[in-house]
Amino acid sequence: MKPGHGEVLLSEGDPSVSEDEERLIEEFRRQLEEGMWAAVPTSKSGSGRREALMVRDYADVPPGAERVIFFPRAAGG
Amino acid sequence: MLLALLALALVAVVLAAPVAIRVARGRIEAARAARRPWEERPLDYDPGRERRAEQRARQLLRSCVNDEEWGMYRDLGFIRVAGSQPRGRGITARRNTDDQPSDTPPYAYLLYPHKPIVAYVPADGRLLSEYCVEFPDVIGGGRTRLPASDDVLAKWMALTSDETRVIGQANMHLVGRQLDPARVRRDLWRLSEWERRRAGSAEAPRA
Repeated sequence: MKPGHGEVLLSEGDPSVSEDEERLIEEFRRQLEEGMWAAVPTSKSGSGRREALMVRDYADVPPGAERVIFFPRAAGG
Repeated sequence: MLLALLALALVAVVLAAPVAIRVARGRIEAARAARRPWEERPLDYDPGRERRAEQRARQLLRSCVNDEEWGMYRDLGFIRVAGSQPRGRGITARRNTDDQPSDTPPYAYLLYPHKPIVAYVPADGRLLSEYCVEFPDVIGGGRTRLPASDDVLAKWMALTSDETRVIGQANMHLVGRQLDPARVRRDLWRLSEWERRRAGSAEAPRA
């Protein structure tokens, strides 16, 4: 999520391909270094309830996750 | 005679000058104030881009939340998220009692775009607190803000993934500092009506 723009595709690729994975990791780190938070939308099987999983490291991204959403850190308003 | 008239005119001008200056200053200030909203906007402000950004944000929100939450946002303009902590910050809501449905959470939040998060007790509609939280533009120096639907999605992701952290970072106030309590209560009534209609349409026999 980019203020003033909305959703912007940063990078995409197949994590099982090492070249793609390197690119995804690099972008992941760059976003976190710029002060963004990263979250993966998930579903609770059976309940229909959805929630997000905050990830602080690329290794925390659940296998099979379709996307990671980066958004600005929360601050007191 | 002419000299007397000239002297009178001069006196009139001198007396009227302060009033005329005050009126002129007022008009100049009003003109400046009218120009300010445009001056404060970034030079690259583009209403079409903002509209497209909001459309993309709505699609992203819809793809992340479930059907009920999306319908709530589409129809009512806010999303309710159940609180997950046994006892949240500043929250003294009781656990479920016998006369409450077992799936009623002890407290919940209302997420509005670009407005504080409101905590309340679903069982009796009691308003607890408002949490002022924003997602500032860290890269662009704070000149722009997230589209409305992205702001709601950011709150939803932050609350459902790490409620303690986001609520801990928010500025907590009693309801009424930024939001009108009467309006929030009206929204809770709208929500209950919306849920009643939704439950009714789900139970209606199919032809």
